[in-house]
Amino acid sequence: MAESVVVPEVPSVYEPSLFGTYSKKIGMWLFLLSDSLTFGALLYAYSYGRISTPNWPTPFHSASIVNATIMTAFLLTSSLTMVLAVRAAVDGNVRLQRWFLLATMACGTGFLILHAREWGNLIAEGLSLPAFPAAPGHKAAGEFVDVAKNVPQFPATFFGLTGMHMLHVTLGVIYLGVISLRRKFIPILLLCWLAAWLGTPSYSPFHYGAHVLLVAAIVISIVLWLKPKIYDSSDVEVAGLYWHFVDLVWMFIFPLVYLMSARIL
Amino acid sequence: MDATQLAIEGRVAEQHRHHKKAQFFWVWGALLVITAIEVYLTYQNMEPKRMLTILMALSLVKAALIIGFFMHLKFEVSMMKWLTMCSVIGCLLLMTYFFFPDAFRILSLGVR
Repeated sequence: MAESVVVPEVPSVYEPSLFGTYSKKIGMWLFLLSDSLTFGALLYAYSYGRISTPNWPTPFHSASIVNATIMTAFLLTSSLTMVLAVRAAVDGNVRLQRWFLLATMACGTGFLILHAREWGNLIAEGLSLPAFPAAPGHKAAGEFVDVAKNVPQFPATFFGLTGMHMLHVTLGVIYLGVISLRRKFIPILLLCWLAAWLGTPSYSPFHYGAHVLLVAAIVISIVLWLKPKIYDSSDVEVAGLYWHFVDLVWMFIFPLVYLMSARIL
Repeated sequence: MDATQLAIEGRVAEQHRHHKKAQFFWVWGALLVITAIEVYLTYQNMEPKRMLTILMALSLVKAALIIGFFMHLKFEVSMMKWLTMCSVIGCLLLMTYFFFPDAFRILSLGVR
Protein backbone atom coordinates (compact mmCIF):
# COMPACT_ATOMS: atom_id res chain seq x y z
CA MET A 1 0.00 0.00 0.00
CA ALA A 2 2.86 2.33 0.84
CA GLU A 3 4.24 2.00 -2.69
CA SER A 4 1.01 2.91 -4.47
CA VAL A 5 0.92 6.01 -6.65
CA VAL A 6 -1.51 8.61 -5.38
CA VAL A 7 -4.44 9.13 -7.69
CA PRO A 8 -6.90 11.47 -5.99
CA GLU A 9 -10.52 10.74 -6.56
CA VAL A 10 -11.41 14.43 -6.28
CA PRO A 11 -10.58 16.41 -9.43
CA SER A 12 -7.84 18.96 -8.96
CA VAL A 13 -5.81 21.49 -10.91
CA TYR A 14 -2.55 20.08 -9.54
CA GLU A 15 -0.61 16.93 -10.40
CA PRO A 16 -0.56 14.04 -7.90
CA SER A 17 2.22 14.30 -5.32
CA LEU A 18 5.50 12.71 -6.42
CA PHE A 19 6.28 11.88 -2.79
CA GLY A 20 2.91 10.33 -2.05
CA THR A 21 2.09 12.71 0.75
CA TYR A 22 0.68 16.20 1.34
CA SER A 23 2.69 19.39 0.85
CA LYS A 24 2.80 20.42 4.55
CA LYS A 25 4.53 17.18 5.41
CA ILE A 26 7.00 17.47 2.54
CA GLY A 27 7.74 21.03 3.66
CA MET A 28 8.47 19.86 7.20
CA TRP A 29 10.71 17.06 5.90
CA LEU A 30 12.69 19.58 3.83
CA PHE A 31 13.08 21.83 6.88
CA LEU A 32 14.21 18.87 8.99
CA LEU A 33 16.77 17.87 6.35
CA SER A 34 18.27 21.34 6.41
CA ASP A 35 18.13 21.43 10.21
CA SER A 36 19.91 18.09 10.38
CA LEU A 37 22.82 19.75 8.59
CA THR A 38 22.85 22.52 11.23
CA PHE A 39 23.13 19.92 13.98
CA GLY A 40 25.51 17.88 11.83
CA ALA A 41 27.83 20.88 11.61
CA LEU A 42 27.67 21.43 15.40
CA LEU A 43 28.29 17.75 16.14
CA TYR A 44 31.19 17.73 13.69
CA ALA A 45 32.64 20.88 15.28
CA TYR A 46 32.46 19.18 18.68
CA SER A 47 34.07 16.00 17.33
CA TYR A 48 36.74 17.98 15.48
CA GLY A 49 37.63 19.80 18.69
CA ARG A 50 37.77 16.54 20.57
CA ILE A 51 40.01 14.78 18.03
CA SER A 52 42.45 17.66 17.75
CA THR A 53 42.67 18.36 21.50
CA PRO A 54 44.74 15.78 23.41
CA ASN A 55 43.73 16.97 26.90
CA TRP A 56 39.97 16.93 26.26
CA PRO A 57 38.18 17.11 29.62
CA THR A 58 35.85 14.42 31.01
CA PRO A 59 33.74 16.55 33.37
CA PHE A 60 30.60 14.44 33.67
CA HIS A 61 30.38 12.64 37.02
CA SER A 62 27.95 9.78 37.51
CA ALA A 63 25.33 12.26 38.80
CA SER A 64 25.49 14.09 35.44
CA ILE A 65 25.24 10.82 33.53
CA VAL A 66 22.20 9.77 35.58
CA ASN A 67 20.67 13.20 34.95
CA ALA A 68 21.32 12.93 31.18
CA THR A 69 19.92 9.37 31.12
CA ILE A 70 16.68 10.55 32.76
CA MET A 71 16.56 13.39 30.19
CA THR A 72 16.90 10.77 27.43
CA ALA A 73 14.09 8.71 28.94
CA PHE A 74 11.92 11.86 29.06
CA LEU A 75 12.50 12.52 25.35
CA LEU A 76 11.90 8.89 24.33
CA THR A 77 8.67 8.81 26.32
CA SER A 78 7.61 12.10 24.78
CA SER A 79 8.09 10.55 21.33
CA LEU A 80 5.80 7.70 22.33
CA THR A 81 3.08 10.06 23.59
CA MET A 82 3.51 12.14 20.43
CA VAL A 83 2.95 9.19 18.12
CA LEU A 84 -0.10 8.23 20.22
CA ALA A 85 -1.37 11.82 19.82
CA VAL A 86 -1.06 11.47 16.03
CA ARG A 87 -2.96 8.19 16.22
CA ALA A 88 -5.71 9.79 18.34
CA ALA A 89 -5.86 12.68 15.84
CA VAL A 90 -6.39 10.41 12.81
CA ASP A 91 -9.01 8.46 14.79
CA GLY A 92 -10.82 11.76 15.38
CA ASN A 93 -10.50 11.53 19.17
CA VAL A 94 -9.82 15.20 19.94
CA ARG A 95 -9.87 14.82 23.72
CA LEU A 96 -7.29 12.00 23.74
CA GLN A 97 -5.20 13.85 21.18
CA ARG A 98 -5.05 16.88 23.48
CA TRP A 99 -4.09 14.79 26.51
CA PHE A 100 -1.30 13.04 24.63
CA LEU A 101 -0.03 16.36 23.31
CA LEU A 102 -0.04 17.78 26.85
CA ALA A 103 1.82 14.67 28.07
CA THR A 104 4.41 15.23 25.33
CA MET A 105 4.78 18.84 26.41
CA ALA A 106 5.16 17.77 30.05
CA CYS A 107 7.98 15.36 29.12
CA GLY A 108 9.64 18.07 27.03
CA THR A 109 9.39 20.54 29.91
CA GLY A 110 10.87 17.93 32.27
CA PHE A 111 13.78 17.53 29.85
CA LEU A 112 14.32 21.30 29.76
CA ILE A 113 14.25 21.66 33.56
CA LEU A 114 16.80 18.86 34.02
CA HIS A 115 18.97 20.30 31.27
CA ALA A 116 18.85 23.77 32.82
CA ARG A 117 19.82 22.27 36.18
CA GLU A 118 22.77 20.51 34.52
CA TRP A 119 23.92 23.75 32.92
CA GLY A 120 23.53 25.58 36.24
CA ASN A 121 25.72 23.02 38.04
CA LEU A 122 28.45 23.20 35.38
CA ILE A 123 28.44 27.01 35.35
CA ALA A 124 28.56 27.10 39.17
CA GLU A 125 31.70 24.92 38.97
CA GLY A 126 33.39 27.37 36.61
CA LEU A 127 32.63 25.83 33.21
CA SER A 128 31.45 28.94 31.44
CA LEU A 129 31.66 31.06 28.32
CA PRO A 130 32.96 34.64 28.13
CA ALA A 131 29.46 35.62 26.95
CA PHE A 132 27.91 34.39 30.21
CA PRO A 133 27.81 36.82 33.16
CA ALA A 134 30.10 35.75 36.02
CA ALA A 135 28.38 33.80 38.78
CA PRO A 136 29.31 35.54 42.06
CA GLY A 137 31.06 33.44 44.68
CA HIS A 138 31.28 30.26 42.60
CA LYS A 139 33.89 30.58 39.94
CA ALA A 140 37.09 31.03 41.94
CA ALA A 141 36.90 27.64 43.66
CA GLY A 142 35.08 25.79 40.88
CA GLU A 143 36.13 22.35 39.67
CA PHE A 144 36.13 23.33 35.99
CA VAL A 145 37.81 26.75 36.09
CA ASP A 146 40.96 25.26 34.54
CA VAL A 147 38.92 23.51 31.84
CA ALA A 148 37.35 26.79 30.74
CA LYS A 149 40.80 28.40 30.71
CA ASN A 150 42.91 25.66 29.10
CA VAL A 151 40.42 23.99 26.75
CA PRO A 152 38.00 26.76 25.72
CA GLN A 153 36.86 24.55 22.80
CA PHE A 154 35.02 22.35 25.26
CA PRO A 155 32.62 24.91 26.80
CA ALA A 156 32.22 26.64 23.40
CA THR A 157 31.14 23.48 21.58
CA PHE A 158 29.28 21.98 24.56
CA PHE A 159 27.14 25.05 25.25
CA GLY A 160 26.72 25.76 21.52
CA LEU A 161 25.50 22.26 20.71
CA THR A 162 23.33 21.61 23.77
CA GLY A 163 22.05 25.21 23.76
CA MET A 164 20.89 24.86 20.16
CA HIS A 165 19.17 21.61 21.04
CA MET A 166 17.56 23.17 24.12
CA LEU A 167 16.23 25.99 21.93
CA HIS A 168 14.73 23.42 19.55
CA VAL A 169 13.05 21.55 22.42
CA THR A 170 11.67 24.84 23.79
CA LEU A 171 10.26 25.78 20.39
CA GLY A 172 8.88 22.23 20.04
CA VAL A 173 7.00 22.52 23.35
CA ILE A 174 5.61 25.89 22.21
CA TYR A 175 4.64 24.44 18.81
CA LEU A 176 2.74 21.59 20.49
CA GLY A 177 1.13 24.08 22.88
CA VAL A 178 -0.24 26.04 19.95
CA ILE A 179 -1.49 22.89 18.20
CA SER A 180 -3.24 21.57 21.33
CA LEU A 181 -4.49 24.74 23.04
CA ARG A 182 -4.37 27.42 20.31
CA ARG A 183 -5.09 30.90 21.73
CA LYS A 184 -5.43 29.61 25.27
CA PHE A 185 -1.72 28.82 25.18
CA ILE A 186 -0.65 32.47 24.83
CA PRO A 187 -1.37 33.54 28.47
CA ILE A 188 0.24 30.30 29.69
CA LEU A 189 3.34 31.09 27.67
CA LEU A 190 3.46 34.64 29.03
CA LEU A 191 3.21 33.30 32.59
CA CYS A 192 6.07 30.88 31.83
CA TRP A 193 8.12 33.79 30.50
CA LEU A 194 7.53 35.85 33.65
CA ALA A 195 8.31 32.87 35.90
CA ALA A 196 11.52 32.07 33.99
CA TRP A 197 12.64 35.71 33.83
CA LEU A 198 11.89 36.70 37.41
CA GLY A 199 12.69 33.29 38.89
CA THR A 200 16.28 33.11 37.62
CA PRO A 201 19.17 35.17 39.01
CA SER A 202 20.52 37.94 36.78
CA TYR A 203 23.83 36.10 36.23
CA SER A 204 22.07 33.01 34.83
CA PRO A 205 22.06 32.65 31.01
CA PHE A 206 18.40 31.63 31.34
CA HIS A 207 17.52 35.06 32.77
CA TYR A 208 17.91 36.55 29.30
CA GLY A 209 17.24 33.31 27.43
CA ALA A 210 13.71 33.39 28.86
CA HIS A 211 12.90 36.21 26.46
CA VAL A 212 12.65 33.55 23.73
CA LEU A 213 9.27 32.75 25.31
CA LEU A 214 8.16 36.38 25.04
CA VAL A 215 9.21 36.59 21.38
CA ALA A 216 7.40 33.29 20.72
CA ALA A 217 4.23 34.61 22.42
CA ILE A 218 4.29 37.71 20.19
CA VAL A 219 4.85 35.65 17.01
CA ILE A 220 2.09 33.19 17.96
CA SER A 221 -0.33 36.04 18.69
CA ILE A 222 0.32 37.54 15.24
CA VAL A 223 0.02 34.17 13.46
CA LEU A 224 -3.21 33.19 15.23
CA TRP A 225 -4.67 36.66 14.69
CA LEU A 226 -3.83 36.64 10.96
CA LYS A 227 -4.84 33.05 10.33
CA PRO A 228 -7.01 31.52 13.06
CA LYS A 229 -7.72 27.85 12.38
CA ILE A 230 -8.58 24.54 13.98
CA TYR A 231 -5.61 22.23 13.65
CA ASP A 232 -6.45 18.84 12.12
CA SER A 233 -4.67 15.48 12.11
CA SER A 234 -2.24 16.55 9.38
CA ASP A 235 -1.07 19.48 11.56
CA VAL A 236 -0.57 17.13 14.50
CA GLU A 237 1.42 14.73 12.29
CA VAL A 238 3.64 17.52 10.96
CA ALA A 239 4.24 18.82 14.52
CA GLY A 240 5.07 15.22 15.47
CA LEU A 241 7.74 15.04 12.77
CA TYR A 242 9.46 18.07 14.29
CA TRP A 243 9.23 16.63 17.79
CA HIS A 244 10.67 13.23 16.76
CA PHE A 245 13.52 15.02 15.01
CA VAL A 246 14.44 16.81 18.26
CA ASP A 247 14.45 13.40 19.95
CA LEU A 248 16.55 11.96 17.12
CA VAL A 249 19.26 14.62 17.46
CA TRP A 250 19.55 13.93 21.19
CA MET A 251 20.25 10.26 20.40
CA PHE A 252 23.61 11.44 19.00
CA ILE A 253 24.34 14.23 21.51
CA PHE A 254 23.84 11.95 24.52
CA PRO A 255 26.54 9.36 23.67
CA LEU A 256 28.91 11.72 21.89
CA VAL A 257 28.93 14.55 24.43
CA TYR A 258 27.95 12.94 27.74
CA LEU A 259 28.88 9.26 27.64
CA MET A 260 32.19 9.77 25.83
CA SER A 261 33.16 12.45 28.37
CA ALA A 262 32.05 10.58 31.49
CA ARG A 263 34.45 10.77 34.43
CA ILE A 264 35.19 7.18 35.40
CA LEU A 265 36.93 6.83 38.76
CA MET B 1 -7.55 23.75 0.74
CA ASP B 2 -6.83 22.09 -2.58
CA ALA B 3 -8.82 18.89 -3.18
CA THR B 4 -5.68 16.90 -4.00
CA GLN B 5 -4.17 17.78 -0.63
CA LEU B 6 -7.36 16.76 1.18
CA ALA B 7 -7.45 13.44 -0.66
CA ILE B 8 -3.82 12.73 0.17
CA GLU B 9 -4.33 13.72 3.83
CA GLY B 10 -7.22 11.28 4.01
CA ARG B 11 -5.11 8.48 2.54
CA VAL B 12 -2.21 9.18 4.92
CA ALA B 13 -4.63 9.19 7.90
CA GLU B 14 -5.98 5.85 6.69
CA GLN B 15 -2.41 4.46 6.59
CA HIS B 16 -1.88 5.54 10.22
CA ARG B 17 -5.05 3.72 11.31
CA HIS B 18 -3.60 0.44 10.04
CA HIS B 19 -0.60 0.54 12.40
CA LYS B 20 -1.05 -1.31 15.67
CA LYS B 21 -0.40 0.76 18.78
CA ALA B 22 1.58 -2.13 20.32
CA GLN B 23 4.24 -1.56 17.66
CA PHE B 24 4.97 1.91 19.08
CA PHE B 25 5.36 0.51 22.61
CA TRP B 26 7.81 -2.12 21.32
CA VAL B 27 9.89 0.56 19.59
CA TRP B 28 9.83 2.73 22.72
CA GLY B 29 10.93 -0.26 24.85
CA ALA B 30 13.74 -1.07 22.41
CA LEU B 31 14.97 2.53 22.51
CA LEU B 32 15.03 2.53 26.32
CA VAL B 33 16.88 -0.80 26.42
CA ILE B 34 19.50 0.42 23.92
CA THR B 35 19.95 3.58 26.02
CA ALA B 36 20.50 1.43 29.13
CA ILE B 37 23.09 -0.65 27.22
CA GLU B 38 24.90 2.53 26.17
CA VAL B 39 25.10 3.74 29.77
CA TYR B 40 26.28 0.29 30.94
CA LEU B 41 29.03 0.22 28.29
CA THR B 42 30.25 3.65 29.38
CA TYR B 43 31.43 2.22 32.69
CA GLN B 44 33.20 -0.83 31.22
CA ASN B 45 36.58 0.95 30.83
CA MET B 46 36.77 0.29 27.11
CA GLU B 47 39.28 1.81 24.76
CA PRO B 48 37.74 5.17 23.62
CA LYS B 49 37.87 4.36 19.90
CA ARG B 50 36.11 1.01 20.41
CA MET B 51 33.54 2.54 22.71
CA LEU B 52 32.84 5.36 20.25
CA THR B 53 32.32 2.82 17.45
CA ILE B 54 29.86 0.80 19.52
CA LEU B 55 28.00 3.87 20.81
CA MET B 56 27.65 5.35 17.33
CA ALA B 57 26.43 2.01 15.94
CA LEU B 58 23.79 1.84 18.70
CA SER B 59 22.83 5.48 18.04
CA LEU B 60 22.33 4.68 14.35
CA VAL B 61 20.01 1.80 15.31
CA LYS B 62 18.05 4.18 17.58
CA ALA B 63 17.92 6.79 14.81
CA ALA B 64 16.64 4.18 12.32
CA LEU B 65 13.89 3.13 14.76
CA ILE B 66 12.80 6.74 15.35
CA ILE B 67 12.87 7.70 11.66
CA GLY B 68 11.28 4.46 10.46
CA PHE B 69 8.48 4.01 12.98
CA PHE B 70 7.89 7.27 14.87
CA MET B 71 8.49 9.53 11.85
CA HIS B 72 6.67 7.03 9.67
CA LEU B 73 9.30 6.99 6.91
CA LYS B 74 9.21 3.17 6.71
CA PHE B 75 5.66 3.45 5.39
CA GLU B 76 6.24 6.27 2.88
CA VAL B 77 6.73 5.76 -0.87
CA SER B 78 10.21 4.81 -2.15
CA MET B 79 10.85 8.23 -3.69
CA MET B 80 10.36 9.92 -0.31
CA LYS B 81 12.56 7.42 1.53
CA TRP B 82 15.47 7.47 -0.90
CA LEU B 83 15.53 11.17 -1.66
CA THR B 84 15.42 12.30 1.98
CA MET B 85 17.89 9.76 3.35
CA CYS B 86 20.37 9.86 0.45
CA SER B 87 20.57 13.66 0.46
CA VAL B 88 21.20 14.03 4.18
CA ILE B 89 23.61 11.07 4.40
CA GLY B 90 25.46 12.38 1.34
CA CYS B 91 25.91 15.81 2.94
CA LEU B 92 27.09 14.30 6.24
CA LEU B 93 29.59 12.07 4.39
CA LEU B 94 30.95 15.14 2.61
CA MET B 95 31.40 16.88 5.98
CA THR B 96 33.23 13.81 7.30
CA TYR B 97 35.47 13.67 4.26
CA PHE B 98 36.48 17.34 4.51
CA PHE B 99 36.66 17.93 8.28
CA PHE B 100 38.13 14.90 9.98
CA PRO B 101 41.37 14.40 8.04
CA ASP B 102 42.28 17.95 9.05
CA ALA B 103 41.55 17.28 12.72
CA PHE B 104 43.82 14.24 12.67
CA ARG B 105 46.49 16.23 10.83
CA ILE B 106 46.57 18.84 13.61
CA LEU B 107 47.02 16.05 16.14
CA SER B 108 49.94 14.51 14.25
CA LEU B 109 51.62 17.90 13.85
CA GLY B 110 51.64 18.20 17.61
CA VAL B 111 49.84 21.51 17.90
CA ARG B 112 48.94 22.11 21.52
